[in-house]
Amino acid sequence: MHVNGNEYEYENISIQTLLEKLEVKARFLVVEVNNVIVQKNQYDEMMLKKDDKVEIVSFVGGG
Amino acid sequence: MGQFEIGGKKLDSRLFIGTGKFPNKEIIPSVIEAAGTKVITMALRRVDLKSQSENILNYIPEDCILLPNTSGARNAEEAIRIARLAREMGCGDWVKIEVISDQKYLLPDNYETIKATQVLAQEGFHVFPYMNPDLYVARQLVEAGAAAVMPLGAPIGTNRGIRTKELTQILIDEINIPVIVDAGIGKPSDASQAMEMGADAVLVNTAIATAGDPVLMGKAFNYAVQAGRIAYQSKLGRTKQLAEASSPLTGFLRG
Repeated sequence: MHVNGNEYEYENISIQTLLEKLEVKARFLVVEVNNVIVQKNQYDEMMLKKDDKVEIVSFVGGG
Repeated sequence: MGQFEIGGKKLDSRLFIGTGKFPNKEIIPSVIEAAGTKVITMALRRVDLKSQSENILNYIPEDCILLPNTSGARNAEEAIRIARLAREMGCGDWVKIEVISDQKYLLPDNYETIKATQVLAQEGFHVFPYMNPDLYVARQLVEAGAAAVMPLGAPIGTNRGIRTKELTQILIDEINIPVIVDAGIGKPSDASQAMEMGADAVLVNTAIATAGDPVLMGKAFNYAVQAGRIAYQSKLGRTKQLAEASSPLTGFLRG
């Protein structure tokens, strides 16, 4: 699957599992799958497919 | 100095601060305190999965109002997407619209900015559009439901001051929502100038972040914004072409 522009071999894993595998530690983050924002309470349930396009975003410094 | 109301909030400070370009994130809380500000901007980006840095939110006091920007957006559609992602972060519903496709001057695309403002205001966002100071565009942004307009003083990051003075003054005089001068404010006297002109607030990032001592500069901007506002409230004295003595022209010790 595509995560933040990179290719990963994962498939059929939950968003929560993906975040753990990628060791994403940001306290505030938002996940978008195929351009649709995923609610946090769906992170355990929603399974990601092989060709899904995932974006994990967070805040950074900016003006 | 009195509170002012904007985006559904009452604020004491008329200084908004951006969090980009600081030499290190650790000084940001001290800068915010010295600047006396409560409104803080930040950007939204992909998490760098290879080298994760600490989240900017860890350095922003909880009582601050977050004003995420849509930097990186090249059109209305991308700005709308970024705004929705930012709101999902759970940090409020303020958003600064920044739609830029020109990388040389980083000037905002007014047309796309109006489109994004219309959609996001309808979705309940408090929308703060960064814009070129154009009266007709400002009116359309008011019509679209913007919470304020944010005309630029000079291109982002240039520290060149209020180069758009005449056009910005027209917005201040004609537009009935808050006018926040954004971008180009390079020194405290520029911030004072904007406030003396009657701007409701200013947004400063580069001038503070790239100063030799950002904390001290935050303090200088705090005073400058207050001084400028008080000067505006007290109504500036008139200007004249020729001299007019301040001391009496009688009773000289001569003759």
